Amino acid sequence: MTKKFPISLHFVLTLAGLFLTLYMIFLYAPEEMTMGEVQRIFYIHVPAAWTALLGFLIIFISSIIYLWKRTQSADELAQATAEVGFIFCTCVLVTGPLWAKPAWGIWWTWDARLTLTFLLWLLYVAYLMLRNYLVNPGRAANLCAVVGIIGFVDVLIDYMAIRWWRTQHPQPVVLGGPESGLDPRMLATLLVSWGAFTLLFFLLVRMRLRLAGMRRELSEIRRVLAFKLSED
Amino acid sequence: MSSLKIIWSILVKDLRVEWRNRETLASMCVFGLLIVFLFNFAFESAREETLRLLPAVLWVAIAFAGVLGFNRAFASERENACLEGMTLAPVDPSTIFVGKMLANLLFLGVAEVVMAFAAALWFNFSFLPALGPLLLIAFFGTLGYAALGTIFGAIAANTRMREVMLTVLQFPIAFWILMLSIDSTANAMRGGPNSDWFGGVARVAGISLVFTVASFLLFEYVLEE
Amino acid sequence: MPPQDHIIKPVLEVRNVTKFFGDLAALKEVSLSITCGEASLLYGPNGAGKTTLLRMLASLARPSSGELFFDGRNIERDGNGAKAAIGFVSHATFLYGELTVRENLKFFGSLFGLSHLEKRIDGALELFDMRSRDGVFARDLSRGLQQRASLARAFLHDPDFVILDEPFTGLDHQSVKKLEDLLLRLPEQGKALLFSTHDFEQGAAIAGRLIALKAGRVRYNGPLAAAPFANLGIVRANGRKSDE
Repeated sequence: MTKKFPISLHFVLTLAGLFLTLYMIFLYAPEEMTMGEVQRIFYIHVPAAWTALLGFLIIFISSIIYLWKRTQSADELAQATAEVGFIFCTCVLVTGPLWAKPAWGIWWTWDARLTLTFLLWLLYVAYLMLRNYLVNPGRAANLCAVVGIIGFVDVLIDYMAIRWWRTQHPQPVVLGGPESGLDPRMLATLLVSWGAFTLLFFLLVRMRLRLAGMRRELSEIRRVLAFKLSED
Repeated sequence: MSSLKIIWSILVKDLRVEWRNRETLASMCVFGLLIVFLFNFAFESAREETLRLLPAVLWVAIAFAGVLGFNRAFASERENACLEGMTLAPVDPSTIFVGKMLANLLFLGVAEVVMAFAAALWFNFSFLPALGPLLLIAFFGTLGYAALGTIFGAIAANTRMREVMLTVLQFPIAFWILMLSIDSTANAMRGGPNSDWFGGVARVAGISLVFTVASFLLFEYVLEE
Repeated sequence: MPPQDHIIKPVLEVRNVTKFFGDLAALKEVSLSITCGEASLLYGPNGAGKTTLLRMLASLARPSSGELFFDGRNIERDGNGAKAAIGFVSHATFLYGELTVRENLKFFGSLFGLSHLEKRIDGALELFDMRSRDGVFARDLSRGLQQRASLARAFLHDPDFVILDEPFTGLDHQSVKKLEDLLLRLPEQGKALLFSTHDFEQGAAIAGRLIALKAGRVRYNGPLAAAPFANLGIVRANGRKSDE
């Protein structure tokens, strides 16, 4: 993968994408009628949420691959994605109130997206805590993979349950509910932002994987040394 | 089948260990009672108001009492590396899972009965008219909750802050088991011809079975060295 | 191979096993096999990797690389055959403090799916002089008695392979003698014995084979009497000195 899409190119593309996104958010997308300028946070809030969700999907898939094939790289991918996904998830939870307060006068609401993101955030926290608080780090891969799988099953259930719950306890739609009926320029901005965020996500994951790879190499060198030494 | 015998053996062993200690069940019951008492006392106002809270109060009490129990379930195994000792035998890890899960289910079930009695007394509410649906909801809700508590208890036993780790894992993931149970319980309690109690039971049963099966299948990876 | 007895006992094999804890190598490319009818002493200084190796044979730990085989089958993939034939004793007793000795044995026996469990329990307790104490709670036993109860647990299912990690710790003189006698009889009963102890003479009195482990490597694996003690850093009671 590195040969087909070198990280330097990835970096440049991401940077370009982010600049384009910024341009479109502030100079291209029209101002929203009721909320005014503050609505532009939507273009960050929504893609970040989707990316955080994508992150957990990746954790799920790599967890399954790890338990099946026992490849170290699957575990490293899960860990890297968890760290980056956590940041994006936090981003959603921070931009939520920043948007809601000026636009609707409330700091928080349990709408579908925020509820799902908050539960997702708790899952990320649980996953990262488990990674870091194990007494025997050798078991991290196995245990985190189990949590990754059950966690994603939970995400699916969250999605379905929240939708069902809202039919029982309906709420006025705030925070830009279903993304339908958007002005085409807004839609274009949203899609570009989504693309840029996805690029950024994978760039950060790759950088984190590099670190993991270097750690693994260092570990291998140490092991070879441990092997060769004390030959007496 | 020998697996069933082994499951029975593990269940009996856990019951016996608890009987000698009498710590876990007592703490669960007391803790649950305290929560029900707290809410009942704090919201002494209009009866309808308080009754609306009853399902939530009960399930919150069950949730916390449950986590207390799940933590202790693996504490007894830790003392002399007994969980490891079980893996010395040619036993399927899933068999160990079912045995421990049933023990957790039983203890939490007993605590639930105690809490329900107290709630009926203090809230002046009779569960009898809707007893059937309520028992089903209680069973399935507790089943899924106990399954998650068992696997997370085993996972958390490997960490430095066991109780906290179990809680951090349990609550986000068991969240909807609790929510749907609360919702279905409220429906069943309301009763009447329009209450969709069957739908409620089906939802709780469905979500619990999903998590029970997932925990059952993944448990062996938790025990692996 | 010429046909021998009809009953061909399985072999417990370790093939090129390496075990890392973090970046620390506990075992380095260890290969050996344990066969029935043989008593082997696993000897080495602290930290040599003895406990790790013994735990691995009992399926309590997995190798970082290499494989373990029982009866030709990889025990990582299909370990139940090995577990049913191995009796293991270690520093942990694997006993529930809240249960009596008998209840503990009954529980473990049930995990092995044993028939005539009560008789087997009586027999195992008898081997270690614990019959009179079968109704005592495990938490009320002294360290030595707990060790004996743990040994009874290990012998309960009449394993073909007896693997003991420092089994003599905590035992009084009389119990040590009884255990030594028991272990001496194992080879002629057609069983395999692999044990570790810090008292070399004690081990030498029981074992015919020596496996010397140092810094995770096997330094010697062969008849005990012919071992190059000096090179291995072992001082014998009859005055032979080491190079160290």
